[in-house]
Amino acid sequence: MTGYSDSTIWLIIVAVGLGTYGLRWSFLGIFGSRPMPIWAQRMLRYTAVGVLPAIVAPLVVWPAATHGEPDPARMIAAVAAVAVGVLTRNVLAAILAGMTVLYTALYFMA
Amino acid sequence: MSAQAELAASPNLSPEQSRALQRSPAQCVRHGFLQALPFILVLMPFGMLFGVVASEAGLDLAQTVGFTVLVLAGASQFTAVQLLTDHAPVLVIIVSAIAVNLRMAMYSASLVPWLGAARPRDRAWIAYALIDQSYALSIQHYEKHPRLSIDQRVGYFLGSVLATCPVWVVAMLLGFWLGKSIPEDWALDFAMPITFLALISPMLRTPAHVAAALVAVVGSLIFAFLPSGLGLFVAAPLAMITGAVVEALMERRNGARL
Repeated sequence: MTGYSDSTIWLIIVAVGLGTYGLRWSFLGIFGSRPMPIWAQRMLRYTAVGVLPAIVAPLVVWPAATHGEPDPARMIAAVAAVAVGVLTRNVLAAILAGMTVLYTALYFMA
Repeated sequence: MSAQAELAASPNLSPEQSRALQRSPAQCVRHGFLQALPFILVLMPFGMLFGVVASEAGLDLAQTVGFTVLVLAGASQFTAVQLLTDHAPVLVIIVSAIAVNLRMAMYSASLVPWLGAARPRDRAWIAYALIDQSYALSIQHYEKHPRLSIDQRVGYFLGSVLATCPVWVVAMLLGFWLGKSIPEDWALDFAMPITFLALISPMLRTPAHVAAALVAVVGSLIFAFLPSGLGLFVAAPLAMITGAVVEALMERRNGARL
């Protein structure tokens, strides 16, 4: 039991679904192939490098799995993933390096 | 010789770049699919956890599936279910769960130069399947291979979606039915940070990209005290502005030297 009626829950689901779709469709749907202002294009080139590290950094420094306690194994693994990614420019190699270092470090630090 | 084949033969391309240009759209789908497979490591544990949390919160199977299929955004789904358990007002739940997805509008905008020329029908499903993983993987592919045709870009995006979105749904069902998530000591919580870092680091090829990433990291740590992930919406725009400013400065300096 959630304390909400079934129809309320469905209302929430549909509203969040529509709102989220609206955000995703927004620029891609409206602008299409019309050019965007130069300054906007310039900023948007840095969306991925601006958003993803900002999502990840707090998770690296204060991991949820350790209840926010900084964890050396996870930090070393993050550094390894970045280093291999920068050096090889290969996403898969960086993932493998990060996970390998994580498991090795967790094993030795346990 | 087709336009793409002609481009592929141009001498200033790396072998990898000319290979990418020669792929048919169907081969692009396969390529995107294969490159997105590592994300299963991320999506399985989070998807299963959502199934568990949703069933514990008292949602039935149809509602849990509804959330996953209609919203298709992990952080937002978790926020909504958490607030349901806290008995928050309906409007608060709706607004908070949508606000978590504001970054999707930034993704949408940054894809315009790459996918804006796609047919409206294609843009409609691309918008539906625009998740962190499909976005990040595709944008780094487009930046690495700027001369891909629109069909090749759409194909690659489709491949990355096919490898990720169905997994999210299946994982959610497994979690819901088994009532179990993947054990914590597998440390799969950290697969998400690692895959995101792995996607970002090959993109750090200009001083502007490096500066933007640094500001994103520092900003997100400084503003981590803000509630419900709002720090991201301070840090990310700051980082994007930094990237744009550094780019403009570098251009001016290079222009002065010429």
